[in-house]
Amino acid sequence: MLQVTDLHCARGGVPVIADLSFDVPAGTALILRGPNGIGKTTLLRTLAGLQPALSGSASFPEGEAAYASHTDGVKTALTVTENLTFWAEVHGNSVAADIFDAFDLADLQHRTAGTLSAGQKRRLGLARLGVIGRKVLFLDEPTVSLDAFSVKLFAAWLRDTHLAAGGVAVIATHIDLGLDAPALDLTPYKAKPDASGGSDEAFL
Amino acid sequence: MIALLIRDMRLAVRAGGGFGLGLAFFLIVVVLVPFGVGPETAVLTRIAPGILWVAALLAALLSLDRIYALDFEDGSLALLATSPLPLEGVSLIKALAHFITTGLPLTLAAPALGFLLNLAPPAYGYLLLSLLLGTPALSVIGTFGAALTVGLKRGGLLLSLLVLPLYVPTLIFGAEAVRRGGEGLDASTPLLMLAGITAGTIALLPFATAAALRINLR
Repeated sequence: MLQVTDLHCARGGVPVIADLSFDVPAGTALILRGPNGIGKTTLLRTLAGLQPALSGSASFPEGEAAYASHTDGVKTALTVTENLTFWAEVHGNSVAADIFDAFDLADLQHRTAGTLSAGQKRRLGLARLGVIGRKVLFLDEPTVSLDAFSVKLFAAWLRDTHLAAGGVAVIATHIDLGLDAPALDLTPYKAKPDASGGSDEAFL
Repeated sequence: MIALLIRDMRLAVRAGGGFGLGLAFFLIVVVLVPFGVGPETAVLTRIAPGILWVAALLAALLSLDRIYALDFEDGSLALLATSPLPLEGVSLIKALAHFITTGLPLTLAAPALGFLLNLAPPAYGYLLLSLLLGTPALSVIGTFGAALTVGLKRGGLLLSLLVLPLYVPTLIFGAEAVRRGGEGLDASTPLLMLAGITAGTIALLPFATAAALRINLR
């Protein structure tokens, strides 16, 4: 469902990833591994369309991509339900009642997001993925500040709801999610220090 | 789009700094002027249109840096950029939300403050009309400035420097319409120019705003 061919990407004008190709069939996930600074976030942002690739291509069904980063996109002045309803409506969906149980948010529905703990806020940020109905997920460190139980909860949602429905996910993470998914180490795809093409020609 | 408008309005009301701050600033600036120039009613009548417009413009400037900065910090902007909403539409909605929370209250409060500055009686209608026609342009131009400076530390200061010169045409024609109205002259030309500026900025600037956002999100 997701095909990446000869992708080169840069961060801040410096090429970081070169000649990356992989294929993620429907219903499976791909775990990105690699040391800090290897380009996991850059790759995910490029795939999500937030920044252009230097060259190469990534193909997936149009309008099916969703991105989740270190930040949750949670508005602290709104309640949990209002936050989720907003993202659902932006994507033309409605909030299914079972999403609150899937992310253990049922007791927090009417709490203001500003009063949530870091882990609870993270769960709310991840629950957004459940209401927007996108098939291709690019997740950057989705389990930061989650406790072991919440990690299991998230992995279960990913496996039993998202992947089971034919979705795909590319996940950058340092911990073991317990998913039966292949891992891709980005270290061999590190761009050479003298690789060209990184400068932003629009500004020269 | 409507969901985004409702969310922004809700945030402006709940987080404060939306309705109240701009209005209070407008009030204080207008009240300070007679202290500075003295209580002569003839002088106040003459400078009232300009003061009211400059004060409204500065009040509109106050809340501009919040338009995108908060969404950028908490990551919503990147998520909005990957959502089905076009960024051009997002900018237009953001400008509309800013107008409803800032421009519209300023417009409605202006006649009361005009009274404090001894504004000429026939000018009140023109004050209301010129602000109603002009403040949407302030919001749209300000949204563009906010998009240019999003992600910068202390971008608010730079934002003022970028945006204030762009406000000049709106200010000139807005204050001129009120002045002519107050002196019983025909004010239709400055009002038409004001409406033209607003229509032009609404038509063109959202595209520039969206382009600036795309670059800043990289």
